[in-house]
Amino acid sequence: MIRITTSDRYNITPLRSFMTNVVALGAGIVAISFIFLASGVNPLYAVSQIFIESFGSVYGIKETITKAIPLILIGAGLTLAFRAKFWNIGAEGQLLMGAIFATWTAQHLGSALPSAVIVPLIFTAGFIGGALWGIIPAILKIKYAINEVITTLMLNYICAEFLTMLIVGPWKGKTRFGFPGTDALPDAAILGVLPGSRIHYATLILAIVCSVGLCILIYKTRFGYEARVVGENPDAGKYAGIDFLRTSLILMAISGGLAGFAGVGEVAGIHHYLGYPASVSSGYGFTAIIVAWLAKLNPLFAIVSGLFFAGIIVGGDAIQISLGLPAATVEIVNGLLLIFLIMGDYFLHNKIQVRSSRA
Amino acid sequence: MEEIIISTIQRTMVAGTPLLLATTGEIICERAGILNLGVEGVMAVGAVTAFIVTMTTGHPWLGVLAAMAAGFAVSLIHAFTSVTLQANQVVSGLALTMLGLGLSGMMGKPYVGRPLAIKMDDLAIPLLSDLPWIGKALFYQSPFLYLAIVLAIAAWFFLERTRMGIQIRSTGENPKATETQGINVSLIRYACVLMGGVFSALAGAHLSISYSSSWVEGMTAGRGWIAIALTIFALWNPGRAIFASFIFGGIFVLQYLLQPLGISPNFLAMLPYLSTLVILLAISFRDPRRLNAPAWLGAAYKRGER
Repeated sequence: MIRITTSDRYNITPLRSFMTNVVALGAGIVAISFIFLASGVNPLYAVSQIFIESFGSVYGIKETITKAIPLILIGAGLTLAFRAKFWNIGAEGQLLMGAIFATWTAQHLGSALPSAVIVPLIFTAGFIGGALWGIIPAILKIKYAINEVITTLMLNYICAEFLTMLIVGPWKGKTRFGFPGTDALPDAAILGVLPGSRIHYATLILAIVCSVGLCILIYKTRFGYEARVVGENPDAGKYAGIDFLRTSLILMAISGGLAGFAGVGEVAGIHHYLGYPASVSSGYGFTAIIVAWLAKLNPLFAIVSGLFFAGIIVGGDAIQISLGLPAATVEIVNGLLLIFLIMGDYFLHNKIQVRSSRA
Repeated sequence: MEEIIISTIQRTMVAGTPLLLATTGEIICERAGILNLGVEGVMAVGAVTAFIVTMTTGHPWLGVLAAMAAGFAVSLIHAFTSVTLQANQVVSGLALTMLGLGLSGMMGKPYVGRPLAIKMDDLAIPLLSDLPWIGKALFYQSPFLYLAIVLAIAAWFFLERTRMGIQIRSTGENPKATETQGINVSLIRYACVLMGGVFSALAGAHLSISYSSSWVEGMTAGRGWIAIALTIFALWNPGRAIFASFIFGGIFVLQYLLQPLGISPNFLAMLPYLSTLVILLAISFRDPRRLNAPAWLGAAYKRGER
């Protein structure tokens, strides 16, 4: 007779944690292979092609870094929120709100001020936009006990419609030939890129600085400790005199604000005008959830996992065209990888022993 | 005028139908203590499966059955991760939504833009449909509407009045105590997640083979998320879900009624989401304690744990 017993594992080393993720990703890729097989595509070719397209050439790497910028920014912010068990599913809306605030600032002040002034200003505006959109659900959760998953999601839809309302209405540009979208941002507000690429380096530097900064905030400060207590043991937190509203407001302001930064990068670094929500964001807010999860809620690791998922987006887009796969392929890949990552968590936290016991 | 009122009621019922089906399913699931945020994804899988099977076989009811089976199959993922592996239910549900939306997009790609030759016919209830005014609005409708209402009432009866209903509710309130009664908590949770998935898939099937008779990627349009909010609005009671769903159906219809008045269509499209927030706020303002969620909602349960 074979008996399977499980017991809690307490000594989780970083190496074991890393290896668990590697195995989970591997298993996820095997599962994805079956989906490719079912749609008549050679899975070995498809999977290898994803990584060759994204990491196998200079052009591919440049594109991967470009897409990694918003993922790292948002993913790092989400690690903070998720640590406090604040399920911020609203990064998509927070990104868009950041883009809206940045666009307004650039259009109104951009032609009168030099670049050195306007660029920091639009980043500040973007942060404020994202932060405001982030603290609404925090207030609703702490003050009125309203589930943050629902509110952050509803705010995504509301923001997307609001943005569309702006670009077909009052903000519609005169140079768009009747198509929805604002006029181009003034030159002073356009972010510089590394030569021969679309990498807007100011945002890239910001993403790395924020990840490191958040890491320090979470592990080295009183606030970081409070945020973790809020998530792990609310009762103890109340007893210890932690102000839940204040802690939640700050952490959601940071989480939303970083998504706002990402919005600034997309508008001022990539598109140079405010267009449809789907073109401003392409789902970064949702993909960043997996980025944060793969990073084991460590903002520093979000840099690596952000690059990994940016690679999947770039490679996924490429094979979608070359192999004639639908756009939803990337979503399937993301969903399956996330499922396998959470399955991996089980084997990380539980010791499984298979014993043959004598009858 | 009479025609406008009749058609408004009619469209309200149509718009409320998928919400009611999905909400009832989510209530059953949450009453057992499992939060399933995968509704939107399961709905999409149900919609595309029902559409493909109906198109290839020409039998809408076969499409419904296939959708139910598909909803069962994909929900098994969430049941396994959240019950067996005690994984984080929020993340697992989100993963299910991503996967479901992705799968539906992939499966449905060859069918985009191809209308259904034989869709689910509306069903006139004899005698009642001859009533003036409400007859046509309420009793000459999609079979899904009747099904949704019957299932919601059945779910209410089942949860509130039967022995198994008590077991489900006590699983959500206190799984430890439930287990000491010799009841298999995991089994109940599995059954409720799968049941919820079948209901969500039915909601999707309504969209693709009865409501619009075509497949469009992303046609669930956030209805799954609204169903999760309606679960709270209905205070985890399928009876209240009937009213809640049709109030929201009315809000969807309001978009079309107000548009001729020159209000921005994007502002009107915001209404369902905005109302969700306003209504949740209103319930909470009246009495936060009335937001009486099952005590163990979202918490994993480990067998034998004290």
